[in-house]
Amino acid sequence: MKVLSLDTSNRQLTVAILDDGQILATETTTVHQKHAEYLLPIIDELMTKVDLTPSDLQRVVVADGPGSYTGIRIATATAKTLAYTLGIELVGVSSLQTLALNIKQEGSLVMPIFDARNNNVFSGLYEIKNGVPENVLEDCHTDFDKWLDRIDIKDKTVYAVGTDAPHFEDALKNKFGDKVIFSDSFDNLPQAARLGLYGQTLSPVEYIHTFVPRYLRLTKAEADWKQNHPGEEVTSYVEKVN
Amino acid sequence: MQPHIIMSFESSCDETSVAIIEDGEKILSNVVATQINSHKRFGGVVPEVASRHHIEQITICVEDAMKQADVSYDDIDAIAVTYGPGLVGALLIGVTAAKTIAWAHNIPLIPVNHISGHILASRFVTKINYPALALVVSGGHTELVLMKEEGDFKIIGETRDDAAGEAYDKVGRVLGINYPAGPKVDAMAAEGKDTFNFPRAMEKEDNFDFSFSGLKSAFLNTTHHADQIHEELDKNDLAASFQSAVVDVLVDKTTRALQEYPVSQLILAGGVAANKGLRSALEEKIDKIDTTELIKVPNKLCGDNAAMIGAAGYVMAKKNVFAGVDLNADPSLEFDLLEDEE
Ligand SMILES: Nc1ncnc2c1ncn2[C@@H]1O[C@H](COP(=O)(O)OP(=O)(O)OP(=O)(O)O)[C@@H](O)[C@H]1O
Ligand SMILES: [Mg+2]
Repeated sequence: MKVLSLDTSNRQLTVAILDDGQILATETTTVHQKHAEYLLPIIDELMTKVDLTPSDLQRVVVADGPGSYTGIRIATATAKTLAYTLGIELVGVSSLQTLALNIKQEGSLVMPIFDARNNNVFSGLYEIKNGVPENVLEDCHTDFDKWLDRIDIKDKTVYAVGTDAPHFEDALKNKFGDKVIFSDSFDNLPQAARLGLYGQTLSPVEYIHTFVPRYLRLTKAEADWKQNHPGEEVTSYVEKVN
Repeated sequence: MQPHIIMSFESSCDETSVAIIEDGEKILSNVVATQINSHKRFGGVVPEVASRHHIEQITICVEDAMKQADVSYDDIDAIAVTYGPGLVGALLIGVTAAKTIAWAHNIPLIPVNHISGHILASRFVTKINYPALALVVSGGHTELVLMKEEGDFKIIGETRDDAAGEAYDKVGRVLGINYPAGPKVDAMAAEGKDTFNFPRAMEKEDNFDFSFSGLKSAFLNTTHHADQIHEELDKNDLAASFQSAVVDVLVDKTTRALQEYPVSQLILAGGVAANKGLRSALEEKIDKIDTTELIKVPNKLCGDNAAMIGAAGYVMAKKNVFAGVDLNADPSLEFDLLEDEE
């Protein structure tokens, strides 16, 4: 199966092209957050270098959030449109789980972390089982202290991953002592190749049209509106005119 | 290259739209999904909410537009997309989808300025003879645009503060009307009389620029003062007074622009071009100028839609304007000023 995988959830941009278990090409950039401008040219260049054309693709795997709202929308809009227009399969994987794929130590816990400012994070808790991170505590947007209060690692090791993980080093060491392990700068990066390998094992989304990023957070305007209009729920805000 | 069939995308604000256009002048389909009901909750467009709705709608709009036009990807010769001006997150959805489809099927991509789309919606009404002048009045823009030739747009005058549509929406809020208030204020104005005599800004100044913030303040002061002394003002009269001040200034500056730049066609475009008061006042004035005809974009095509982007894309393709898949959104894209050229 020919697979394109991509992740632009945060500062990094990562793309890979795979053929079943074989990684044909991959590229990751970490400097400029110019995903709208760079994503398709990088995909195009890699495809050309491995002698593939878009119609050769059979599946798109995308890290669909959480992360920067614009970032997750760029990858998700690209993946959704590509799968739709080529009539191929689409798979969405949590951007946090995508980072957790870097850790392989069987039985250990993984806590991928995206800094969401003001001591808030996007995080989730995973456990490596049969070589893949299985979700233990759901991905969420939370105050970091409250998040730590929810976590009991028993006597397991927990890997804190992501380029933002060191921002929380003190709190993590306070709570978990020497049971917390920080990753090197390679494992802290999302790797589209791993995302592509993992995404091949999952079943594709049923309805491409309704596929949207997992923001894990309402916009402030909507949250305020909900608070002022309890119980009021309108199912569709968008209507076709003409 | 002269594309026969164009697929076009528009997502600069709160409408997700995809259209299929033949020869730049015939609409085969024009699917518009509007988010107005969502933003009404907040009294105006919330950018992040708009972006979220766009990604929900985008592929559905593509599918509907292709089905209604009965075309396949093989039939599509070019893809046109609004890349600015507008809300960056909103623009990015249309740009990303357009680029992805262009890349997937190896179709040329045409970048389109949203305002040129509003103006060239007039192609669906008649053939444009150049040079032509356009009065663009919308939610974010109020400008007089001179087109010396096809595909060339130069600003000869523009608003120094609020856009006309923006002023309608703000004044509407004070009158208790939900966003977007323009159509309702227009309807109320038809029922009232100009009794308040609000200021006509910059009417006497020797340029083609507009200003609506003074008018807005005068309006707010009047209603605020009445509130304080518990006086009930006639809302229809307020609407009529506001509207005639806006219309007078627009018509006056436009007529003067026509004296300096005599053209055979004046195009009235943008969301506020649907305004009945503005249409009839401009009509009356232009009727008296034998050499100029007024081209009104039909109401249905005044608001944001992808058909107009397809029309503009056709013109840009003639001028050989194409983009690569590195095309980015440009939220503050604008035409050059004529004076910079001269
Ligand atoms: N009949 C009317 N009279 C006055 N204003 C109107 C009328 N109908 C619509 N409007 C106004 O038109 C505006 C919407 O127009 P449009 O969709 O062209 O603007 P936009 O796309 O938000 O801005 P821009 O095109 O400048 O980026 C709103 O401000 C609305 O109130
Ligand atoms: Mg508009």
